[in-house]
Amino acid sequence: MLNAAVPLSWYLILSAILFALGVAGFIFRRNIITVFMSIELMLNAVNLSFVTFSYQFRQVDGHIYSFFVMVVAAAEAAVGLAIILTVFKNRSTLMIDEVNSMKY
Amino acid sequence: MTALFFLVFAALAVFCAINLVVQTHPIASALSLIGVMGSLAVLYLQLGGEFIAAAQVIVYAGAIMVLFVFVIMLLNAGAEAATFQVSRIVKYFGALLLAAFLGLVSFIIQGALPRSDGVIFGAFQGTTLDVGRKLFTTYLLPFEVTSVLILIAIVGAIVLARKEV
Repeated sequence: MLNAAVPLSWYLILSAILFALGVAGFIFRRNIITVFMSIELMLNAVNLSFVTFSYQFRQVDGHIYSFFVMVVAAAEAAVGLAIILTVFKNRSTLMIDEVNSMKY
Repeated sequence: MTALFFLVFAALAVFCAINLVVQTHPIASALSLIGVMGSLAVLYLQLGGEFIAAAQVIVYAGAIMVLFVFVIMLLNAGAEAATFQVSRIVKYFGALLLAAFLGLVSFIIQGALPRSDGVIFGAFQGTTLDVGRKLFTTYLLPFEVTSVLILIAIVGAIVLARKEV
């Protein structure tokens, strides 16, 4: 069994599992940095789907899409972490529950 | 061998992802995320994405995670304080529901996908040559737009993080 080829659906199921865990972390974590890392986990899960379908169609387009996702993630990380720094400078907290002055 | 590699690294990725969600300290979460990215790089290589596997290690695990760890160290972020109390039963029931949901999703994916031969290492190689050729012909415009995006990100990050004068 261990020498058999891996069904393509297993990769997609793994991608779904990682994405769901990322959503769970995004919803339940209170630390803004951990929430941000959960978003990165979701992006990684989507990348795995892209590469899997790229294998299925024997085209490299999926690789290019996931490359673009990586570039966007890098840009997002730079800006997002700068925002986190600014929030921490003004509020001295990283808990998203305490950054709620827009609600009232 | 392919199945063995897949099972080992898929299990590692899922374990690290669960660890990311349940750990309260951001550094532990960051290290788990690096574990996820490393295992995913192996899976990309298995699917014939040599360029994307290298980019995963260099860009994601190398550059982005260093930025994360740097910010965690800079802000001296400690363990997360529990702001609202959740009973133990609710936590386990939630985990159980998540598992049931994932089982349903797996069942649907398994049923929706046409039967294929499965992944054999080396059956498809998306070499760096192919990726580069396509990137600079078919996807030239998105590639150029990407550079504008990065420029905006650089300027935005500097404006946001600069010292007020």
